[in-house]
Amino acid sequence: MEADRVERGTRASRAFAVIAAPVLVALVTLPWWWGDPGWMRLIAEMAYYLALAQLWNLLAGYAGLVSVGQQAYVGLGGYALFYLTGPANVNLYLALLLAGPFAGLIAIPVSFAVFRLRGAYFAIGTWVVSEVFALLASLILVLGAGSGLSLTVPILRQISSDRDVRDAVLYLMSLAVAALVFAIVYLLLRSRHGLALTAIRDSEPASASLGVNTFRTKFIVYLVTAACTGLIGALIFLQKLRISPEAGFSINDWTVVVIFMVVIGGIGTLEGPFVGMLIYIMLRELLADYGTIYLILMGAIAIAVMLKAPFGIWGWVVQRYNVQLFPVGRRLVLTASKASER
Amino acid sequence: MNWLNILVQGGLLGGFYALFAIGLSMSFGIMRLVNIAHGDLIVLSAYVALIVTESTGLDPFLSTIVVVPVMFALGYALQRGLLNQTLSGGLLPPLLVTFGISIIIQNGLLQIFGAYDHRLKEGAIETASLQLPGGLAIGAYPILVFAVAVFAIASMQLLFYRTRLGRAFRAVSDDADTAELMGIDNRKLFAMALGIAMVFTALAGILFGIRTIFAPSAGPIRLILAFEAVIIGGLGSLWGTLIGGVVLGIAQTIGAALDPNWQILAGHLAFLAILVARPSGLFPRTRD
Repeated sequence: MEADRVERGTRASRAFAVIAAPVLVALVTLPWWWGDPGWMRLIAEMAYYLALAQLWNLLAGYAGLVSVGQQAYVGLGGYALFYLTGPANVNLYLALLLAGPFAGLIAIPVSFAVFRLRGAYFAIGTWVVSEVFALLASLILVLGAGSGLSLTVPILRQISSDRDVRDAVLYLMSLAVAALVFAIVYLLLRSRHGLALTAIRDSEPASASLGVNTFRTKFIVYLVTAACTGLIGALIFLQKLRISPEAGFSINDWTVVVIFMVVIGGIGTLEGPFVGMLIYIMLRELLADYGTIYLILMGAIAIAVMLKAPFGIWGWVVQRYNVQLFPVGRRLVLTASKASER
Repeated sequence: MNWLNILVQGGLLGGFYALFAIGLSMSFGIMRLVNIAHGDLIVLSAYVALIVTESTGLDPFLSTIVVVPVMFALGYALQRGLLNQTLSGGLLPPLLVTFGISIIIQNGLLQIFGAYDHRLKEGAIETASLQLPGGLAIGAYPILVFAVAVFAIASMQLLFYRTRLGRAFRAVSDDADTAELMGIDNRKLFAMALGIAMVFTALAGILFGIRTIFAPSAGPIRLILAFEAVIIGGLGSLWGTLIGGVVLGIAQTIGAALDPNWQILAGHLAFLAILVARPSGLFPRTRD
């Protein structure tokens, strides 16, 4: 006789996996069948933004750590890469591997300061920290001070001397990092910590009273997101070839836009950042010619969504159709014989 | 290094930061609203003053009679129309809505005025200074700003502790739900509170626009400075905010004396150091 079992997938998630698999294969093999550099760059950017959005969603949507200072780790990761490959003469791949842990290491002392603040004050506190890093970078001569650093051609040759190959490698790295970050976030949420995080998301006092160590859980999430953000930062600026304090620690580029995606898409869900990222990129590509008007429109959309649909587009879909493409919960499935006994 | 000079100049600079901070402190104290657009509203006030002075030929000080009511009305309308809807749903809605407002103000100003630097011209008082014995020279303008800050805080204290409206503010700050049961209309009161906060924001904006050049992107750093003054001083204490501003001003002046590039950085570091040593600030009053 079949026993009752706990199921984690849903019908929608299995159907989605079937549809998503060929899309993924097409994306990964793109350089071989359609190596257009412009498109590869756009898709790479989407991959980075998706990863940043997943991380911010993990921080703010689950752990309740509404940071507006994640640009600190983007900049730190970027600067780590440029310093290590340039002045310190380290191999490019080794430098990429070190950028994430470096950002994670810096996050430890930072957390001592900012974890003393709650709520919105935490948000602005993280912003101040990021400003400190930006100002420090603009003062340190070996980091190029205010004008920043560039990656030289010999460093890029470590990837390949052929430009097409280089483009393809950078593109594949962006997909890999997006997949890695997604896997980390997904597995973390499906683990014991994920249960704790979901509980904290729904009610922090209640989860603490049930024995969840909220401080430790948040601390782990903060460090993991910092390290991943640092790695993404290194890759973003590897593609841009130049870093400056303003570009590296830009709150608009690396945090405001990311918050926009998560909020529009649906905070506190894994699907939301996907939806938000796609909408953001589409809006941007459509409206980029309008400059400031487009940013005003973004601000207005963010306000409207927050007031009318606070859980974003995906939140609305879940409410209406109860679909989960990336299920993290557990459901008890009763076998037929037992179900008929009741 | 002339320490007396640093203390005096830094302290006076602190008056500026306290003035930036009053509106922020007030909206947090009464409705627990952290207004990310606060810095942009300061800059917006400076632009409104610019329009007034350029279209009427009024002197920037006199433009107050137009700018203050305009900003009061804007604050009242913002709270009534938008922000009141965000106050029941936790931390994110007010944060994100004010973030959206911040983006709209910045880019709206950029669209209308361009990225150029502007300035309000007040004439002789900008450069006048008092010569004190010991070779100390104090600018007349920083003294004026400091005096306005002290006056603003004193009048806020009077409002809070001597008037009916102030009593309602304190009641709502202590417990919004119970205050409502006692017949206070929170929605109107909150709108009033942001309106009054914007009166001080308007003053800060005009005085800021006379002191330095400003551009549409000048808002966020004002927000950070105001925030630092509030946190250093301790949440909910207005005189604490003044002292927080003074501490910040002195830290920045010491930094600037070492190297002009270190001014803002020194202020941030002093803020973080105080945060680690005394997380609830120097003179805390409200509980978060």
